[in-house]
Amino acid sequence: MPSLQKNSFIKSIQFYLPALILLFSVLNEFDLNYLNIEYFSFNFVHILIFYWTLKNPIYLTYGIIFIAGLINDVVIGIPMGLSSFCYLLICIVTAYLRNITLSPNFINDWITFLFTLLLVNSIEVIFLDLIFSISVNYTKYFVNTGFTFLFYPIFLVIFNKLEKNIRIRKND
Amino acid sequence: MAESRDDFVIAVRSAFLKKSNKQKFSLLTLILLSLIIIVLGSLNFKIIKYTKIGINEFVYRFTYITSIPENYVIKSYYRISEHISLYEKFKNNETLLRSLKEEKLSNDFLTLENKRLRQLIDESIQSTDIYAKVLADNDSPYLKSIILNKGSRDKVKIGMAIVDESYLVGKIIEVNYSNSRALLLSDLNSKIPVLLEPFDMHAVLSGTGQNYGKIEYTKEEYRDLMKGDVIIYTSGQGGLFKPGLPVGKLKYEEGENNFIDFFSDFKQLDYVKIVSYMMGGKN
Repeated sequence: MPSLQKNSFIKSIQFYLPALILLFSVLNEFDLNYLNIEYFSFNFVHILIFYWTLKNPIYLTYGIIFIAGLINDVVIGIPMGLSSFCYLLICIVTAYLRNITLSPNFINDWITFLFTLLLVNSIEVIFLDLIFSISVNYTKYFVNTGFTFLFYPIFLVIFNKLEKNIRIRKND
Repeated sequence: MAESRDDFVIAVRSAFLKKSNKQKFSLLTLILLSLIIIVLGSLNFKIIKYTKIGINEFVYRFTYITSIPENYVIKSYYRISEHISLYEKFKNNETLLRSLKEEKLSNDFLTLENKRLRQLIDESIQSTDIYAKVLADNDSPYLKSIILNKGSRDKVKIGMAIVDESYLVGKIIEVNYSNSRALLLSDLNSKIPVLLEPFDMHAVLSGTGQNYGKIEYTKEEYRDLMKGDVIIYTSGQGGLFKPGLPVGKLKYEEGENNFIDFFSDFKQLDYVKIVSYMMGGKN
């Protein structure tokens, strides 16, 4: 009996793992800048949201994404609601892509991810620079977009394994 | 043609409005909510302001806890680097100490003289110091700021200077009840009036988003004058900081650009001093 309870606890933890990683990432500012490498950073949160909402939004609900955006705004210190808006834009693209796709294709997803990143980062820059008059470094945004795009396949492999694991445990 | 447009409309409508299993809100609702928050926030709406303060109180503490493993890795990296370069540093420090001892003697005399002169013109600078711990160091690619564990309950106010030992590192830009956020001098949005010594030249020090600053608003012809060691101090203009706080040293680069190497290492701030200055005098 205790082993069964333990098993169901692990199952539920695994099910909420994407949401927990998302919340931990926004609270922790997971951008790998501490490596102190000039112009190296990638937006892990964008990869996480794109992957999990594209795969199946039950793992990462829109409500959680919205709250994570608000927390991110507070931690980074940008106007409230901006990150939530950008994260939800990613969700729109993934929801649309899910609706029109019959058989998922990695290259299609990857190229759509690049388009999404460019859209989301452009909107963020427009809001910050033109509306709120907060100076931003365009080069850094551009490089960040590039690295985020390049890192997608690596995280895709990791998340695929995690998703498979969650699915197997859920079906047990 | 009409059929494909219908498909597109159906897909968009489904993406925006459909609430799938486990989703409590539709995407459209949440997007509208985000936009409302952005607009109300830009209009300084009180509800948004208080919500932000409420979230800050919880989030900043939590950020500190979740950043413990990351900070441990960073600190270990610095500790190892310091150990590796220990001997070299010791030799350099020995030479530096000798020259500093010589300089101290003349500085002691100048300090006393300065004090006497200030008494003569009845000018005084009073300061209130609050010691604070750095809760989180948000070294993101977009914003250079630190979160401190002192807030309005400790009488921290917007605009107060942040000092590391005796070096200026930034100023308070946001105050919550038990914590506050300070914008570092390296941030793109940071601009402070400074004095370039020994040339007594006024300028504005701007952040670059990198770990160095740059000098702005100086006349081009002054650029040729700047040779040798140029130290950057606060000028005290604007009344926010007291004059003479050391900030950094001018670093000469090839070409047109000269950069400021800050005295304080913003990546390794653990404890800082929040200071407000009151300047008084006959005039």
